Amino acid sequence: MTEAAGEPKKEEAHDFRRLHSYPLIRHSDMNEEMRTEAMELCVTACEKFATNNETAARMVKESMDKKFGSSWHAVVGEGFGFEITHEVKNLLYMFFGGEKAIIVWKCS
Amino acid sequence: MPVAAKPALKKPADTMSSQGIASKKASKGAKGKTPRGKDMDDMSEMGEVGDEWMQQKTMVKPDDQLELTEQEMKEEFTRILTANNPHAPQNIVRFSFKEKVFKQVASVDQLAIHFSLDGNMLHKDSDEARRQMARGGLAEAPSEPAVAEGEEKAEAAGEGGEGEAKPEGEGGEAEKEEGATQTAPAAKGGDKKLTNQFNFSERASQTFNNPYRERGTQTEPPPRVNFSSTANQWEIYDAYVEDIQRQEKSKEKKGFRGQQESTNRKKISAIESQGDDITRIEKPAKILERMVNQNTYDDIAQDFKYWEDVSDEYREQEGTLLPLWKFSYEKSKRLAVTSICWDPKYRDLLAVGHGSYDFLKQTRGLICLYSLKNPSFPEFIYNTETGVMCLDIHPAYPHLVAVGFYDGSVGVFSLTEKIQEPMYKCTAKGGKHTDPVWEVKWQKDDLDNNMNFFSIGGDGRVVSWTLVKNELLCTDVILLKLDESPADGAEGTQLFTLGCGTAFDFHKQTDYLFLVGTEEGKIHKCSKAYSSQFLDTFDAHHMAVHSVRWNTFHPKIFLSCSADWTVKIWEHTSNMPLFTFDLGSSVGDVAWAPYSSTVFAAVTSDGKVHVFDLNVNKYEALCEQVVVTKKKTKLTHIEFNPNYPMIIVGDDRGYVTSLKLSPNLRKMPKEKKGVEAAKGPEVEIAKMDKLLSLVREPPAEKK
Repeated sequence: MTEAAGEPKKEEAHDFRRLHSYPLIRHSDMNEEMRTEAMELCVTACEKFATNNETAARMVKESMDKKFGSSWHAVVGEGFGFEITHEVKNLLYMFFGGEKAIIVWKCS
Repeated sequence: MPVAAKPALKKPADTMSSQGIASKKASKGAKGKTPRGKDMDDMSEMGEVGDEWMQQKTMVKPDDQLELTEQEMKEEFTRILTANNPHAPQNIVRFSFKEKVFKQVASVDQLAIHFSLDGNMLHKDSDEARRQMARGGLAEAPSEPAVAEGEEKAEAAGEGGEGEAKPEGEGGEAEKEEGATQTAPAAKGGDKKLTNQFNFSERASQTFNNPYRERGTQTEPPPRVNFSSTANQWEIYDAYVEDIQRQEKSKEKKGFRGQQESTNRKKISAIESQGDDITRIEKPAKILERMVNQNTYDDIAQDFKYWEDVSDEYREQEGTLLPLWKFSYEKSKRLAVTSICWDPKYRDLLAVGHGSYDFLKQTRGLICLYSLKNPSFPEFIYNTETGVMCLDIHPAYPHLVAVGFYDGSVGVFSLTEKIQEPMYKCTAKGGKHTDPVWEVKWQKDDLDNNMNFFSIGGDGRVVSWTLVKNELLCTDVILLKLDESPADGAEGTQLFTLGCGTAFDFHKQTDYLFLVGTEEGKIHKCSKAYSSQFLDTFDAHHMAVHSVRWNTFHPKIFLSCSADWTVKIWEHTSNMPLFTFDLGSSVGDVAWAPYSSTVFAAVTSDGKVHVFDLNVNKYEALCEQVVVTKKKTKLTHIEFNPNYPMIIVGDDRGYVTSLKLSPNLRKMPKEKKGVEAAKGPEVEIAKMDKLLSLVREPPAEKK
C-alpha cells in the first residue's frame, strides 16, 4: 500500500523536476538582446557548476563584466532573500532547474 | 655545411664604438675637402654675393676619378644589380637522413656580410669608462663623449678592417696624445653635416601650438532602482506552476482562433494605418481651408458683421437686403433646394436638401451642410438615391438630421458617423409614405425617452417615427380624409379618399396642436390626441398650400402661403384670414422672423424675397427684392437665422443665398415707443395683439 502510494508521488515529483527544468525569468528590465544573453549565460553557468553555486555565480559575474562592463553582481542559490540597488535596465532575476534562483544586476 | 662569404672582422675586445669611427671619418673627410671647396667658393664669389646665407653646394670628387669626354659620358652602360651573391655556391648538397641520400639544397643563402662589428657601450660616468678616459687622458672633450671614448682603438680596429695598416694602430702613449689633440679640432669641423650633394634642401618651420583648454562636464549617473524579493523553493515552484498554466492557456487560445485573429488584426492594422495617413492631415487641412476662405471672403464677413444700410435712416417704410455668401456645390447645381434648416446649436451651420420639384424629372438627392466659415465647400455631403424633399435638424442633438425623400421614405443621418448611409431608414414594409414626404419635424423625446419625429407625405398621412435601437417605428397620427362621403369599395368596405398633405407646423407652446396644409388648399388644425378627426378646417387657398407657420411669439397666429400667389395670416380661432397678401407669383415658402412677432418673409417663384413688417406697413412689403442672378430662377425656401439679422433663401438651381436684413427690416419695438425699452415675448405679443385689434373690429372687411 505504502509503496503503491509512494510511487506515483515520486513520479510526480520527478515529473515536476523535469517540467520545471527550463529557465524562467521572474523579473527583468533588460532589453531583449541583453536578457537573452544573460539568461543563456546563467543557464550555462548553472549547468557547468551544478554543484557549486559560488563558481557559477563567479562565472556569471565575470562574463557579464566582460560583456557589458563592470560592475556586475550575481547571486545563485536555492533560498535567499535580498534587497539590492541596481542600475535601471540591468537586472535579471530568474529561476532555473526548478530549484535555483539566480539574480544578476549591475551597480557600479 | 653552408658556405658563405663572411668577411666579417673580429675586432679586439676593447673596441669601443663604430659611431666613433664614423664621425671621425666624416670629420676627416670634411676636413680634407675644405680647401677644395674654399677654392671653388673663391672662384664663384662674384656671382654669389647675395646668396651667402644659402647652403653652399660643393662637388666632392675623388682624386682618382676618371676624366671622360662628353661622348664617353653619354654612353650608357646597362648593368643589372641583383640580390644574388655571385660568390654563393649553387650546388650545395647535403645528406638527407630521411631518404638516406645526398640531396641538393634548394635555397642557397645569398647573404654576404662584408663588414660586421660588435661593439659595446660604456656610460661615460662608469668606472670602466673613466679608467679608459684616464688612460687616454681625454677628459677634456665633454661635448664629444662618443668621439672621445677609446677613439684610438676604434680607429685602429676600423682601419685594420680595411686592410690598411697605420702606424697609429700600434701607437704608444705619446702618439695617442698627439691623436687626441688632432681630433679636437676635427670634432669641431665635423659639426657640419654632409649633405646630399645632388638634391638637397632644408627648410624648417614651427607650427602654431594650439593653446590647451580645459573642459569639464558631468553626466547624470545611470538611474538606479531598488529591487527586493525572496527566493526559496516554494516560491520557485509556484512560479513554475503559474508559468506552465499560463502557457497552456495561451496554447488553447491559439488553437481556437489563432488564424482568425491574425488575419483580423492584419486587416485592422492596414485600415488603421491608412486611415491615420488621411486623418493626420485632415485637421490642418481644414484649418488651412478656413483660413483661405476667411481671406477670400473677408469683405463679405466684414459686411455680415458691420455693414448697415445708412439709407434706411432716410426712408421710413423700406428696407433692403444685402446679399452675402452664396453657397453652392458642384454636384448640387440644377438640383432644386427643397429644404433649408439652420443648426440650432452651431449657429453657423446650415443644412440644405436638394431634390427636384418636377414630377417628370426626378433626380438623385443631395444633402449638404455648409458653414458660414467656409462658403466654398460643404462641411458634410450625403448623396441619396432619390430626391431629398425635406429635412430637419434635431434641436437637442444637432448631429441628427431627419430627412424625407421623394419616394416616401424617411431616414435619419448622423453627422458624427463617417458613413454615407443614413443611420436609420424606413423600409418599404416599415410603413413608409407612398408619396413624397413633404415635411419632417423633430418632436420632443417621448415618454420612453426615445427620439421621434413627424412626417407628412403626399399620401395624406401624418406619421410619427420613433427611433428605437436601430430601427424606425411608425405610427399614423392622422389621416387627411376629404370631406366627401366615402366611396363604396369591394365587399362592402368603405374607401376614404385621402387628401394630400404638403406642409405642417407644430404649435410652439401647445404641445398637441398642429396645423396641416394640403394640396387641396385646405388647412387642418389637428391634435396629436385625435387621429380620426380635425379640430378645425380652414378653406385657406385655392391651390396647394406650400407652407404653414405658427407665429414665433403669438400663440394664436399662423401664416400660410400657397401656389395661388397669396400669403395669409390667420388666427386659429377664426375661419377668416386676418391679412391676405397677393405677391403676384407662386409663393414657395414663408417664415416668421425670430426677433419680432410682426415680421415675416416670403419667397416667390419669380425670384423675389418679400419682407413684411405688419407693424410698419400692413398692406405692402417693406422690401421686395430680386435676389437671383438668372431670370426664371424660382426661389423655393427661406429661413431666418435664429441669431443674426440674416435670411437664407434657396432656389431651384441649387444655390443658397444668404442675405443681410437692413435695419428697417428688423426694427425693435423700442424705437416706436421711444421710452420703453422692454423686450421679450410679452412685448411682441402685445404688439401683435394691438395690430390684431385694428383688424378684428371690422371682421367682414378684408385687409
